[in-house]
Amino acid sequence: MQLARKDLLGIESLSKKEIELILETAKTFQEISTREVKKVPTLRGKTVINLFFEDSTRTRTSFEIAGKRLSADVINISQKGSSVAKGETLLDTAKNIEAMGPDLIVCRHWAAGVPHFLASRLKASIINAGDGAHEHPTQALLDLMTIREAKGKIAGLNVSIVGDISHSRVARSNIHALNKMGARVTVAGPATMIPAEIEKMGVKVSTDLRKGIASADVIMMLRIQRERLTMSPFPTLREYSQLYGLNKEALKGAKPDVVIMHPGPVNRGVEIDPEVADGPYSLILDQVTNGVAIRMAVLYLLSGPKGKAAL
Amino acid sequence: MRLIIKNGHLIDPKNRRNGRFDLLIEEGKVRDILKAGHTVASADVIDAKGCIVSPGFIDLHVHLREPGYEYKETIRSGTLAAAAGGFTSVCCMANTNPVNDNASITEYILKKAKEEGTVNVFPIGALSRGLAGKELSPMGELKKAGCVGFSDDGKTVQNSRLMRLALEYAKTFDAPVISHAICSDLAHGGVMHEGFVATKLGLPGIPSAAEDIIISRDIRLAETTGARLHIAHLSTAEGVELVQKAKKKGIRVTAEATPHHFTLTDETVEAHPPGTAAKPSQDGASPYDTNTKIMPPLRSEKDRRAIVEGLATGVIDAIATDHAPHALVDKEIEFDSAAFGIVGLETALSLSLQLVEKKKLTMKKMVELLTINPARIVGLKKGGLEPGASADVVIFNPSLSCKIDPAKFYSKSKNTPFGGMKVKGVVKYTIVGGKVIYQV
Repeated sequence: MQLARKDLLGIESLSKKEIELILETAKTFQEISTREVKKVPTLRGKTVINLFFEDSTRTRTSFEIAGKRLSADVINISQKGSSVAKGETLLDTAKNIEAMGPDLIVCRHWAAGVPHFLASRLKASIINAGDGAHEHPTQALLDLMTIREAKGKIAGLNVSIVGDISHSRVARSNIHALNKMGARVTVAGPATMIPAEIEKMGVKVSTDLRKGIASADVIMMLRIQRERLTMSPFPTLREYSQLYGLNKEALKGAKPDVVIMHPGPVNRGVEIDPEVADGPYSLILDQVTNGVAIRMAVLYLLSGPKGKAAL
Repeated sequence: MRLIIKNGHLIDPKNRRNGRFDLLIEEGKVRDILKAGHTVASADVIDAKGCIVSPGFIDLHVHLREPGYEYKETIRSGTLAAAAGGFTSVCCMANTNPVNDNASITEYILKKAKEEGTVNVFPIGALSRGLAGKELSPMGELKKAGCVGFSDDGKTVQNSRLMRLALEYAKTFDAPVISHAICSDLAHGGVMHEGFVATKLGLPGIPSAAEDIIISRDIRLAETTGARLHIAHLSTAEGVELVQKAKKKGIRVTAEATPHHFTLTDETVEAHPPGTAAKPSQDGASPYDTNTKIMPPLRSEKDRRAIVEGLATGVIDAIATDHAPHALVDKEIEFDSAAFGIVGLETALSLSLQLVEKKKLTMKKMVELLTINPARIVGLKKGGLEPGASADVVIFNPSLSCKIDPAKFYSKSKNTPFGGMKVKGVVKYTIVGGKVIYQV
């Protein structure tokens, strides 16, 4: 079975059924990565371009491995800076890549909406690998997979997302994904990092870490990205860590069987205490492993005959 | 040469005419207004049956881009676009390259307009030298050369003392200071209205407060100085309230609103309004269209309604387009990096007529907002069709349906979110100084 979609641009427009299809498919691909010969011929002859306009090691490598395990030819292109700085329009860049005939383009960009821009103008399938502060759909999908593995279900769980919600595409994709799957979502962080009217996305908001994670089944910690911020919305990393850092003490209010997730890379000692990051309830490495399976599934499901609409 | 415009419905708010009159033009001026049915010997005849005949529209706020950005627009293409939209006079902003902050640039613009332009061009001089927000521009010299107002437009004067000095100094020349009110500290990298849609799209927001704070400041400074302040492209509900209160207090403040702010909201950034040319991407709509990136940004529905209300009650004095042509290289890029602004001259009438059709404005009120009111703000002896007035006239059919087609724009740039939209209202003739410069 294939997705009747050309592109995967975000979780927002996905149906629950489509999410289930991706999760089920990923599960069947999981086994391939444990074989002696980690390769199947499924996407032989297909070309995948990883088009990254922003630094990324984890996501790019994960897509590259996913493509290679399915026997696709994977090419990495990194471009820095804006179209304005280059003097070339984004459309020109895109058309040049299209001229090389890729089947799938995995796009990471520092600006929100770039995958949508490409999807509406190119024939190749576009997979959003993170666009600005908008969405990072494969991250949310791998998070769903990881939660389901750990908890046996998603519906009915309390999930708290903690940190810089304003700048987080991981938070946005997860809010959409978790709501669609029937979980209850709370976001927590400094008021200066909670974007306007976020409660309309169907979440509870707390500026108090302890209240924010009370009775949580799952806690997702977000990376504090100080490098992105001018006029920091919090005074010091030390104070951030004191108020919003997840340590054993803070965890006491959560459920005893709470699990901890983090999209990486972890700022040890800032948003998360090493004791917690490495503790028994940490699923951080399972997330990375599942990432490969999810991306194999997405590449596979979008590589068939093209559907009309995008995800 | 004599020209008579017959069988039309004349609306001339300045001279309190609203009915079936014929308009006789001679030697470039209005000669007479006649009861319908008169015959006039040896005159050319324009049959305006089914049409409104009105003073030519006056746009307080356009960017003609010349000199310096001729790849976006020229005085020739911009004034052609104006003519096609029914405008007979336009006021062009100073953010050219070089900036219009001295008489030689004003003279250059006016010379070009005379040689290549089709409608009347009235430059707005820079408020500060180089639009740098540091030192006053030579307003006396600029006024003498032909500037009718002063503004740094998009580069809002952030320094309150400079704004005070500008208002005080401009008073001598009885020219308005025009404020594009955005506090740059608060707008800080924002690309759309701050609110739910921006949050969902992950785009940095521009809070309404960024606008309201500067409007408050400038109104207060207008009160202190007794000078004339004009607020450009008002976009927030609170801004409308501030202007209303100021007017009640007797402060000399006027305001304009754009067709896009009274037609669209921030939701347009997420997806095109139905019936417009959405690119076939996902779910039939294309989010992040850079033609929805405008400063001030498209606001909430509450704000949009307040703007419409403000136009109807007279709190807002004029409809102005903020015609901002940008080439593909400025727009076919990341939303964050794309230039702010859209073209507006060729869509203003049909969008304004939507307010008439929805009974938010009377036809007379709409004409007032496009003619005599803007004329008064910048002190032009235009906007009415009394005998002796320059024969600047627009003849339009308000009920003829059409589809907005950017490919047919006279403007060099096609950056509009309204492409493909079905609207009503077609300009049939535009007449400047008695000469037909545009006709369908």
